Amino acid sequence: MKGALSFLTPRSTIALLVCGVALLIAPFVVDRYTLSIILLALLGTYLGQAWNILMGYCGLLSLGHALYLGLGAYASAILFVNYGVGPWLSVFVAMALAIGAAAVLGWLGFRFRIEDVYFSLLTIAFAEIVRIGFDNWSFVGGAAGFFLPVNASLSHQWWNLRGGPLFFYYLALAMAVASLVIAAVLRSSKLGYAFLAIREDPQAARALGVNINRTRFLALFISAAMTAVGGVYLAFWTNNLFPAQILETSKSIEIILAPIIGGLGTLMGPFVGAFLLVPLGSALTDGLRAIGLSAPGVKALVYGLILMAIIAATPNGIWPWLARKLGLEAREP
Amino acid sequence: MTALLEVVDVVKRFRGLTAVDSVSLSVEDGEIFAIIGPNGAGKTTLFNLIAGVYAPDEGEVRYAGARIDGQEPEQICAAGIARTFQIVKPFPDLSVRDNVAIGAMLRAPDMTAARAQGDEILRKLDLFDKSAQKAGSLTLPDRKRLEVARALATKPRIILLDEVMAGLRPTETDRMVGVLRDINRHDKLTIVMIEHVMRAVMALADRVHVLHHGASIAEGAPQEVTKDARVIESYLGMKAAH
Amino acid sequence: MSFSLYVEVLIQGVLSGLVYGLMALGLSVIFGVVRVVNFAHGEFAVLAMYCAFVLFGLAGVDPIIASIPLAIAFFVLGYAMQRGMVQPFVTRPQHEQFILLVGVALVITNGLLLVFGPESKHVDLPYSFDSYTVAGVLIDKVRVYGAAAALAVTAALFAFFRFTSTGTAIRASADNLTGAAVVGLDVKRLYAISFGLGLACVGAAGSIMMALTDMTPMLAPSLTLLAFTIVIVGGLGSMTGALAGGLLIGVAEAVASLVVSPAIKSMVSFGLLVLVLALRPQGLFGKAES
Ligand SMILES: Nc1ncnc2c1ncn2[C@@H]1O[C@H](COP(=O)(O)OP(=O)(O)O)[C@@H](O)[C@H]1O
Ligand SMILES: [Mg+2]
Repeated sequence: MKGALSFLTPRSTIALLVCGVALLIAPFVVDRYTLSIILLALLGTYLGQAWNILMGYCGLLSLGHALYLGLGAYASAILFVNYGVGPWLSVFVAMALAIGAAAVLGWLGFRFRIEDVYFSLLTIAFAEIVRIGFDNWSFVGGAAGFFLPVNASLSHQWWNLRGGPLFFYYLALAMAVASLVIAAVLRSSKLGYAFLAIREDPQAARALGVNINRTRFLALFISAAMTAVGGVYLAFWTNNLFPAQILETSKSIEIILAPIIGGLGTLMGPFVGAFLLVPLGSALTDGLRAIGLSAPGVKALVYGLILMAIIAATPNGIWPWLARKLGLEAREP
Repeated sequence: MTALLEVVDVVKRFRGLTAVDSVSLSVEDGEIFAIIGPNGAGKTTLFNLIAGVYAPDEGEVRYAGARIDGQEPEQICAAGIARTFQIVKPFPDLSVRDNVAIGAMLRAPDMTAARAQGDEILRKLDLFDKSAQKAGSLTLPDRKRLEVARALATKPRIILLDEVMAGLRPTETDRMVGVLRDINRHDKLTIVMIEHVMRAVMALADRVHVLHHGASIAEGAPQEVTKDARVIESYLGMKAAH
Repeated sequence: MSFSLYVEVLIQGVLSGLVYGLMALGLSVIFGVVRVVNFAHGEFAVLAMYCAFVLFGLAGVDPIIASIPLAIAFFVLGYAMQRGMVQPFVTRPQHEQFILLVGVALVITNGLLLVFGPESKHVDLPYSFDSYTVAGVLIDKVRVYGAAAALAVTAALFAFFRFTSTGTAIRASADNLTGAAVVGLDVKRLYAISFGLGLACVGAAGSIMMALTDMTPMLAPSLTLLAFTIVIVGGLGSMTGALAGGLLIGVAEAVASLVVSPAIKSMVSFGLLVLVLALRPQGLFGKAES
């Protein structure tokens, strides 16, 4: 743990503390609408961090993370509604399912030294298979969706994740912080360095004794399990699940935007990216609504333009640049 | 002394081409063993066969008496055979220090220990001043040194060096010769080196093995081998002609 | 179900497969030469569909006929895109190429959504419901025309690669990039032509598809996936593989729609994909890595 924090300079410790305190007291300062935007950004931070561990650290480009999100969400929702199993228990089932799916994917993708492109395409294909399957599977509600009961008498069973906005806000904050801690611990561990070595040069990594298959599986499992936990949260927070939303490729892309824009393979990238993109997205929607437009495609269109601009101009993302400007660069451990 | 590494009649073919054609050699514990031969002779391929990049089509590779051919590169490194790449493969976006620490983490309990071990090796190879630089920003001679440092960090019993002197200036070559002699004497490291720089070969090698068109054409003490007519014709002569 | 129904479905699968194959061919040409996966491939197909739709609405041009001018227009578009946007990414890491093209895909789909709305569109051709009867087997006329057009464009492309000096040069640079540069080929121009040809395929295929199916902007990602599935099954970068993959997937989906349910037909092609990756990861016609 101490090693995990050794990158912090006094200046960045203060910056982190200020952010932390601001997020802790936010519910008492901002209105509910703003709070919901911060919540979404925290969730984006969490999911972005999970994806970043796979891509940013280990160099595996997954374009199908909606799969793990959806599996986690559906598993916990169905266990809760149909079998009365609470989320604190079903979250383990969710993680196990996601790891199972990741294992099949990894087995197909890593067994032969398949080119990187194939792995990425395989991740999309897998997510799509499951989405179409769920669309047509009546047990999970099919395309019509699956719903959790929204019942006032349940609303204080926080142990069943049936809480109010404040409860969900702090839960999202806790998850975002936890993801940062997980990433920081990984980043300073042998496993994290094995990830980096594989990202940089798999052949050199192997020559130094890094078992790349095992390591890639671990990266995939960690990332998938974390994403599935996000799915559990989403299920109990939104109370409704549709394959066309939670399992869609566009969801996968939404997950990966924040870490890419914030800075791939950096600890703060997902956080910075999410807190830039989410408010931007809602400001865009609000602005359009204010001038009487409710065009469904505008937000995604602007996201597309941002993506193109960022990747053409600063492929390393905003954080490395911002950190330099603010004097918050990491210290060599 | 006993044979630490034995290559027995190995053959490796690429499509039509036989890159390594029934080569046998035996490296003794503590020895410095050089492999020379013109470009395309199959030297790097032979290293790749020992290091587990390819499995030989025929023949065996033995290390400390046990067969290792067919094992994966990471297993062979863990067993104690480290290698450098002729075409260097640094981790470009990581610092020099992290590059070497990744090598050291194979046998270190944690990254703090790995870093400490790595730093020691960086000092030995005159790279410590550059440890905060990104490996991708190093000059070619420094990258060659980094290859050696990273391989040494895995604490091998045998190190396979693929043309690590190429591109070094004479003074740098002498320095590297000194380093290699030191790790051979003091750390009891067995060295197998592919080398074109004859000055280094003559200074270091106990024995020299000559490959030509994938086949062995001579083996012996450096002074003897360099007098061999076939060697002069196929290799040294060729170099002289340049 | 009668025997002739199966034959009908099989023929229908082959006919659609030829159009799918043409679309996938575009992806394969781009990857085979430029080494960039066109993640926006289905989006370009849908863009072509809308172009065909507009041409039909404004001037009554049959989409199957429109495939020729659209192929040319998309060639120009592809050439310009490669020159102006993709070229600097050729040497950049794969994920950056992906992200650029994801951006392009988002812009196309949502641009179309903005302009045309989410409602599905179709064109009514005078012969939309005509069919040939051969030995008691019904074959849709429009599918026959579509397949014939697809085949013609495909043949033209193969002829280009086989018989023109530019085509030969492109094949040479696909095999050996440094070699091509050494003998003085203008690799950037060849890349731009290849990207143009790739989009020409998808432009023609999209236009033809407009005659065959209803279409919405939301169709784009599934078409991208269809193209991916086909080229992976056939072997990424192989032109013959793309065609064979198109036929295979076309038939598999048609049979699956009949035997199981139309809704899960794409699951069948993904199943096929997984099977191919498990048994022959380089694809049916792909070259094995040494
Ligand atoms: N992966 C490979 N595929 C095909 N041919 C190869 C491969 N690796 C090496 N070769 C060929 O094998 C021969 C020996 O190469 P190499 O071992 O690199 O020679 P050296 O290191 O002695 O210069 C060369 O002709 C080379 O082209
Ligand atoms: Mg060599």
